[in-house]
Amino acid sequence: MTARVELVGVRKIFNEGQPNAFRAIDGVDLSLPAGGVTVLAGPSGSGKTTLLTLIGCLARPTEGRVRLDGRDISGLPEPFLAALRRQTFGFVFQRFNLIRGLTVLENVMLPAYPLGTPHRALTRRAGALLQRLGVGHRAGAPVESLSGGEAQRTAIARALINDPTVLIADEPTANLDTALSLAFLEIVSGLRAEGRTLLLSSHDPLVREASVVDRVAELRDGRLVADRDPLAESAQ
Amino acid sequence: MTELRRTLARQRYLLDYTVASMSRRRTRNLGLLLVYVGMVFLLASVLFYSSALKHEAGLLLAEAPDIVVQRMVAGRHALIPAQHAESLRGIRGVRVVEGRLWGYHYDPAVRANYTLLVPPADDVEPGTAVIGPALARARGAGIGDVLSFRGQDGTLHPFRIAAILPQESALASADLFLVAESDFRALFGIPEGQYTDIALQIPNPREERTVAEKVLEALPDSRPILRAEMLRTYDAVFDWRSALVLLPLSGALLAFAILAWEKASGLSADERREIGILKAVGWETGDILSMKFWEGGLLSLLAFLFGTAAAYWHVFGLSAPLLAPVMQGWSVLYPDFRLTPAIDATQLLALFCLTVLPYLAATLVPVWRAAVTDPDEVMR
Amino acid sequence: MMVQTPILALFMADLLGLLLLIPAGLFALQVLRHWDPSSGRAQQLRLEKRTPLVAAILGLVLLTQILALPLFVHTVDRMALQIVGAMCAVGTLNANFWGLPALLLRIGLFFLAAAWLLMHRMDKLAPDYPLIRAKYGLVLLILPLAAVTAGVQLAFFLQLDPDVITSCCGSLFSQGSESVAAHMAGLPALPTMFALYGTIGLALAAAGVYLRWRRALVPFGILATLSFPVAIAAIVAFLSLYVYEHPLHHCPFCLLQPDYGRIGYALYLPLFGATAIGLGLALSAAFARRQSLRDVLAAAAPPLVITAAAGLTLFAALAAWITSQSNLILIGY
Repeated sequence: MTARVELVGVRKIFNEGQPNAFRAIDGVDLSLPAGGVTVLAGPSGSGKTTLLTLIGCLARPTEGRVRLDGRDISGLPEPFLAALRRQTFGFVFQRFNLIRGLTVLENVMLPAYPLGTPHRALTRRAGALLQRLGVGHRAGAPVESLSGGEAQRTAIARALINDPTVLIADEPTANLDTALSLAFLEIVSGLRAEGRTLLLSSHDPLVREASVVDRVAELRDGRLVADRDPLAESAQ
Repeated sequence: MTELRRTLARQRYLLDYTVASMSRRRTRNLGLLLVYVGMVFLLASVLFYSSALKHEAGLLLAEAPDIVVQRMVAGRHALIPAQHAESLRGIRGVRVVEGRLWGYHYDPAVRANYTLLVPPADDVEPGTAVIGPALARARGAGIGDVLSFRGQDGTLHPFRIAAILPQESALASADLFLVAESDFRALFGIPEGQYTDIALQIPNPREERTVAEKVLEALPDSRPILRAEMLRTYDAVFDWRSALVLLPLSGALLAFAILAWEKASGLSADERREIGILKAVGWETGDILSMKFWEGGLLSLLAFLFGTAAAYWHVFGLSAPLLAPVMQGWSVLYPDFRLTPAIDATQLLALFCLTVLPYLAATLVPVWRAAVTDPDEVMR
Repeated sequence: MMVQTPILALFMADLLGLLLLIPAGLFALQVLRHWDPSSGRAQQLRLEKRTPLVAAILGLVLLTQILALPLFVHTVDRMALQIVGAMCAVGTLNANFWGLPALLLRIGLFFLAAAWLLMHRMDKLAPDYPLIRAKYGLVLLILPLAAVTAGVQLAFFLQLDPDVITSCCGSLFSQGSESVAAHMAGLPALPTMFALYGTIGLALAAAGVYLRWRRALVPFGILATLSFPVAIAAIVAFLSLYVYEHPLHHCPFCLLQPDYGRIGYALYLPLFGATAIGLGLALSAAFARRQSLRDVLAAAAPPLVITAAAGLTLFAALAAWITSQSNLILIGY
């Protein structure tokens, strides 16, 4: 169930070789503990989101290696990366990125289509996930009609539909009020208890200070400037 | 086996998703479908029509004599004397030799040519005529009515209509005007002992060439025409005509391909975002490609079905009002004859190649470009 | 020259395929020169992104050939009506030098495109692009082949004049003539029969060896590929005779006509399918130097081997059935 993610000398350069070349990530070494909650902190533009896309296999590093349980995944062909996105990493986007025109249930089922899971089993699983996240009653509703909190839960359900070992969330509380943010952290702690590895990017103090967080890594200008382990600190 | 089932289930999901996605962008797809159907309709009409005409010509020639012998004078077709027929009777392999009388008469009233013919049995009573259905309709004539023609000497020749030929085999009989031999000779001033040409029946098709050579030996001023040669010529002419009609249409085909290319490459921001999301949640390039090809395939299938069905109705139901003036071109007397449906698989295959392949080729690159959308594009 | 709608369709199909294959060929050159999967640089990402496009192009080329092969044969067969002396497709093909080469090149293009797609499928299943160089080398072979096919077909139709006197099937395959086709007809029935069942038998044995011990995939592929020319020779030498029940009519095309129940499709479909799979497997296995590809083949090849073997078995069974049902006696007691 748990997965270990390591980054070694990872760089990401946009518009490489052109005058407007831009080093979004500039040599990051990082290892995520299996089965813990890590927060990537830092000001906006520090490269948090880019680093998430590199770990979540949405993009490939220009240089360096990303390893999953010791296996180099940074040079894999596209279908393999897609399979990892599908089954190993669940991604919750800052703006949720639900597909308009489809219902909540259909949105949740989307990542399972390429697997060819039997339809009945899939519907049941998606329904159960929505139920567990407290949005079961909205299953048949079009996603346009959802509130911010409901949309996030739908996005989480979609990220979990293929039972990934790593869940990545980009600025998960940016669009939520305090009550909903706390409810989100509740969900996170439940997922952590299942042994999943969680990676959140956030500059929300509420998230960084949360008791469920095992580790905070701070990014600035594409480099890791601080790596704090609250558990280790409190142990000392 | 489970692998196969998984692949099939995957494709079914993709197909379902495609259908849903197409119906969400209904207006855009409908426009393209309409043009596509029109394209298939045009090409299919030309193909069906030419093959139907070939079929009709084949029917027409099926009853034609094996060899027709014409007399040539100064390189032109001239009347042939009855003695010529006598000298042909001796040739081995020839069963029947008969002189034929036929010709055309221009009727200013309907501005059309009739084919005047003396039936081989000469069973039409003098003073009467048996006419084709199209001719009857054009002149509004029924049985018992009288039609008059001005003969070669300026006198009027009245014919009482004794019968009207049945509607089947319309192309062959539509403009026929059957008269008695004596009337024919009087009308056109053809003396006794002269015929338009001579028809030969040869039971064994293998002897046709030898017979034709012997005809030439016996009658150096004659031109024997084999039915097989006529068939071949008709076949070639109709093929050629349909291709000539299609050539200018290739411009339309190109325009259609450009339209398809544009429609496929002009993805809305919404659609781009959707593909980005699908990629981000774990669909691979191949899945998006499959989805897009399902879309193209469905569109092509619909266009092909609607287009060919409409063309079938146009050609065999309505007698191709849009094409008849271009392709038929030998008489103006055919307002309403029905073509016998004649379609073969080769034609449909050619039609498929001409319409669906350009569509697929035109959309290939835009579809690929959409499919390789970076999954992290939705984050930018 | 003959202008006909199916000819226009064939010509357009060739042209479209060629138009798409040219950029694929240029891309293949880039891949052979710059491919470096360990790099995450922009150039490599661009190359990787383009591979699905090349696969789609080859897919379209294959579809084109699947459509064009029967279209070509039936068109040529129909045109026999307009050519004195031609009684079926063989007569038309024989009307000038380019006819038979046009058909053979088209068949070659079909097999190479199908084999390429099979190799691509295997390549995609492995995590380290084991067949990338072999695949793009093959693209560089397919491109000129497609160009030559289009050219030869154009030459064939341009030089085809209606009413040229040509020989019909009977004389094309008559013994003593010098052409290849005549040589096929010249093959005596009994040895050809042995060759047919022998080759297919060996291929099936190789399939058995592979399925049991996971060895001899390359020999199986080669034997399955070899079955194609042997089977065609057998069709010309004796199978067609048994179908037509005529001791001289050696035509491999009239089998496709409704007069003979279109039995040719039942013979050719499994044969073409088995050969395409065999060739694809032989090429994939021959280049399987990396362990990753061997693992992929071990998982993905068996069902393909079974499919190809089933195709060959079907062909052999149908051939035996035709022979036993026929009223014609070719081989004396």
